Amino acid sequence: MKFTLSWLKEHLETEASLDAIVEALTRIGLEVEGVENPGEKLAAFKVAKVLSAAPHPQADKLQILSVDAGDGPLQVVCGAPNARAGLVGVFGAPGAYVPGSDMTLKVAEIRGVVSNGMMCSTRELELGEDHDGIIELPADAPIGTPYPDYAGLNDPVIDVAITPNRQDCMGVRGIARDLAAAGLGTLTPLAEVYRMTVLAPVAGSDPAPDVRTEDPAGCPAFFAQAVSGVTNGVSPAWMSQKLTAIGQKPISVLVDITNFVSVDLGRPLHVYDRAKLTGGLVARRAKDGEQVLALNGKTYSLDATMTVIADDVAVHDIGGIMGGEHSGVSETTTDVLIECAYFDPDHIARTGQKLGLTSDARTRFERGVDPAFLDHGLAIATHLVLEHCGGTPSAITRAGTPPVVARSIAYDPARAETLGGLAIAPERQKAILERLGFTVDSGWTVTVPSWRRDVDGSADLVEEVIRIEGIDKVPTVPLERAPGVAKPTATPEQKLERRLRRGAAARGLNEAVTWSFLSEAEAAPFGGGAWSLANPISEDLKVMRPSLLPGLLAAAARNLKRGAQSVRLFEIGRRYLADAERPTLGVVLAGEGRARGWQQGKAAPFDAFDAKAEALALLAAAGAPVENLQVMGEAGEAWHPGQSGTLRLGPKTVLATFGMVHPLTVRAYDLDGPVAAVELYLDAMPGKRSTGFMRPAYAPPALQAVRRDFAFLVPAELAADALVRAVKGADKAAITAVRLFDVFTGAGVDEGQKSLALEVTLQPGEKSFTDEELKAVADKVVAAAAKLGAVLRG
Amino acid sequence: MTDLDHMRDNLLAAIDASGGLDALDTVRVGALGKQGSVTGLLKTLGSMSPEERQAQGPQIHALREAVTAAIANKKIALDRADLDARLARETLDMTLPADGVQMGSIHPVSQVMDELAEIFADLGFAVATGPEIEDDWHNFTALNIPESHPARAMHDTFYFPEGAEGERKMLLRTHTSPVQIRTMLNQKPPIRIIAPGRTYRSDSDATHTPMFHQVEGLVIDKGITLGHLKWTLETFLKAFFERDDVVLRLRPSYFPFTEPSAEVDVGYTMEKGKRVIGGSDGWMEVLGSGMVHPKVIAACGLDPDEWQGFAFGCGIDRLAMLKYGMDDLRPFFDGDIRWLKHYGFSALDVPTLSGGVGA
Repeated sequence: MKFTLSWLKEHLETEASLDAIVEALTRIGLEVEGVENPGEKLAAFKVAKVLSAAPHPQADKLQILSVDAGDGPLQVVCGAPNARAGLVGVFGAPGAYVPGSDMTLKVAEIRGVVSNGMMCSTRELELGEDHDGIIELPADAPIGTPYPDYAGLNDPVIDVAITPNRQDCMGVRGIARDLAAAGLGTLTPLAEVYRMTVLAPVAGSDPAPDVRTEDPAGCPAFFAQAVSGVTNGVSPAWMSQKLTAIGQKPISVLVDITNFVSVDLGRPLHVYDRAKLTGGLVARRAKDGEQVLALNGKTYSLDATMTVIADDVAVHDIGGIMGGEHSGVSETTTDVLIECAYFDPDHIARTGQKLGLTSDARTRFERGVDPAFLDHGLAIATHLVLEHCGGTPSAITRAGTPPVVARSIAYDPARAETLGGLAIAPERQKAILERLGFTVDSGWTVTVPSWRRDVDGSADLVEEVIRIEGIDKVPTVPLERAPGVAKPTATPEQKLERRLRRGAAARGLNEAVTWSFLSEAEAAPFGGGAWSLANPISEDLKVMRPSLLPGLLAAAARNLKRGAQSVRLFEIGRRYLADAERPTLGVVLAGEGRARGWQQGKAAPFDAFDAKAEALALLAAAGAPVENLQVMGEAGEAWHPGQSGTLRLGPKTVLATFGMVHPLTVRAYDLDGPVAAVELYLDAMPGKRSTGFMRPAYAPPALQAVRRDFAFLVPAELAADALVRAVKGADKAAITAVRLFDVFTGAGVDEGQKSLALEVTLQPGEKSFTDEELKAVADKVVAAAAKLGAVLRG
Repeated sequence: MTDLDHMRDNLLAAIDASGGLDALDTVRVGALGKQGSVTGLLKTLGSMSPEERQAQGPQIHALREAVTAAIANKKIALDRADLDARLARETLDMTLPADGVQMGSIHPVSQVMDELAEIFADLGFAVATGPEIEDDWHNFTALNIPESHPARAMHDTFYFPEGAEGERKMLLRTHTSPVQIRTMLNQKPPIRIIAPGRTYRSDSDATHTPMFHQVEGLVIDKGITLGHLKWTLETFLKAFFERDDVVLRLRPSYFPFTEPSAEVDVGYTMEKGKRVIGGSDGWMEVLGSGMVHPKVIAACGLDPDEWQGFAFGCGIDRLAMLKYGMDDLRPFFDGDIRWLKHYGFSALDVPTLSGGVGA
């Protein structure tokens, strides 16, 4: 919301400086986003008169002017076709900065003739687009006056961000009212602002216009007054200057009046050319598919939820949002109908959202205009039309009833302190509220002014008094602190995440944060996405991720393209499945697992066992019983079918998936070479059983363990883990560990077989093993292995 | 010089002259072996008269001890020389590179979330979480943002397609505030929580990404006022930036779910062309806050006449940028390892109150 300082002062009688006003605005909740004085940058330009004009001896298109800018004649070379003796324009002396050309003027020689400055066009001064000639001012413009002073440009433009609750401040008057309440001046009576003797409906004897509302929900009230015999010319300077200053283009006085009142009072209006209407006007619901060409030149297709203003033939207004092109006023308009209606905020918001159409009117109506201001709004509009366009007013039609509801709040002034934290004397609170337009009776029943739709409870009144009194005055009060040292607050899930995050980083992985959404194609190999956005920013960010790997694969690909040799990324975040959001850790290892080196030789890519090592290390960090996990298959179609697996606690609970990513998945990311990956499912991790801090007693075995090696020939397809488990189970009392240390195929091993070598650790109890005992255990080991088709190698 | 002296000198000289263990052993066998010269002398002791033995015994034994000791010393010296020679052969170029250790890193967003948890734990706040795929009621309605409220349009919400009749409209949460609602519904006051997490808005430019991180704070208790809110935010920001000159400015504002509402600016000073938090050369907006709206408290089944409190919300990415100096939000979500290593944190940089939360 923009306005100028002089505009504000029409409503606010104040001695306050610009700085004080700006500071106060922000302090009371009307955040100033910018202040700009358009005259400041043009201060060096002056009103000047061309005394004489003679042809340039060296150039046909140039003239040599003698210019008086208040300090006597100066020679100026000028190329403007309209430059001539007697013209009064705007002169820039050497040293003046020309904003439109981004240059600073200096004394220059142009085709052999000295030029002491420049006569300027509107474009050069950034006052308009015109560059066909130099500015022409009225002949009586005072020579030598700084141009900004003459043109009224020294009027700072203040830009204020209005929060959605403050419709009343979508008009300059509301802002003035707030400032007056904050002690910055006195609010000028509205009639005085508009130079009206009394603020009352303008009486007229022509027949009242035929308007009605058939949609009391969308348009509860439709007030209208007609004026016949108007002349629609150019707006008065004060109005067009104000509109121009805030960036609105003056169009014609009738249109400008509606725009001006909208900004001045937050009261949108609409003016119809009666000659273009057939029959009366009615506020009704649109018919499905009904169309209207709006004033922005676009055609909108309407539906039956939308309120429109229509005559017997067509729709002329998307009610409260934008008028129609057909019945808009033009310079030939003579008879007008002024609409001052109340549109329901919810309806406006829904219609505006559906049509994707914003306008100054919508912004105001959807926040809720003052329902008690229809008569005044219409009176001011008619007054302005009569004053600037002439004509004869009609009687007024008041169709429907504006929803004026008297709202009162039982308020306890102590709430300022008990909620707002600031003790304010009740009399002071009463004064603040009254200056804002509230009435306060002796029993502290506070009546809300009709323009403050946002205020409906005690807390709102506390806000009003605190913001006006000064939120900076609220003293800080420490929160009560529980005695003693702060208690731990993290949940087991949070602690798990933290351990995994720091564990992964400690293992040399870099944590990334990638988008929660991805493309359908990226989601497909991971089972597809259960959640697809209806309004994605792009097709690439459409589906909620079913896995963390796509985001990491894409990041890995970007890194490799940037020249990274080895990428080790991880992320902790959610997968979005149909039933729940599941906390997950993803790891992607791409590029070189080992760089080439003088010790190890050639570089090596990451392999599936790098992934397995990460998976197990992270599972250990998560406190999962790594020793008891089973490696199983079914990693999924995104994975290499022969080099991937799942780690499970029991046959059903999958704690992690690991291995090589399927080459087809890898290729989809434009990645070269093998990629290893891990996904850990945090919500599947077994919880830590709470047993307090005490550890079991320390009891190391009295005797040293014995190690024995066994080599077995087994069928090639036998999973090594099966043999290890079988051997481990051969004598649960004696065998404490089994470790596979060699796998061999080739010379001495038949086709279809492989040799697996195991180191078995035997732990004696109270006495050392005898040779017989050791032999018995070895026999059990061989027998257990035999059940899997394993034969002890000789 | 007696014969014994002569013999000793010869033997010691031979020992000294031994160039290696083999030569030394030859000398040893020659002197102390079964047929050795010293052994031979010892053997003569048995046939001597007691007087002779009295006179010769100590000398012969002394000779044997001297030779034995000399051999032992020589052996140590030769061993050492051997070892030195081997070590000399084993010399490596110690300037050769060792295998590089991969340095992992923690993302700044995670680090800042841990910092927040640490600071707020000291103030008695637990960390709460909630779903990112939310329903319309928790994200808007319960927060006093009814349908068609302009604030809804302001939020640039990502929606999911509407399902069958009667289902609640699902969306991506536009703020962490629905966690307030879920907490109040599931937990009896007094409540003190922060709720960090991912949030989403359909917005994308240099300072906005469609996904970002927010932290919500909520206190519900008896007798909580705007003064407590001010203190909490001031205490938090001072602890977070680890500066005592952090200055706050509250500006009255509007959020549908708080009343009164305030936006909070924090003062900064310019240092080397960058804005540094502290002092008050200028102001930067860092959070939104206010007293929880009575309608929100009532929507959660609590009596607003009995319970009141405050809430605040703050961008975590922005906090990270202000503290650690990143000036572009987009690389946060790019996974560029160069950026991650530059702005990331060591696994060992665990924020603690005793060590300072910053790293």
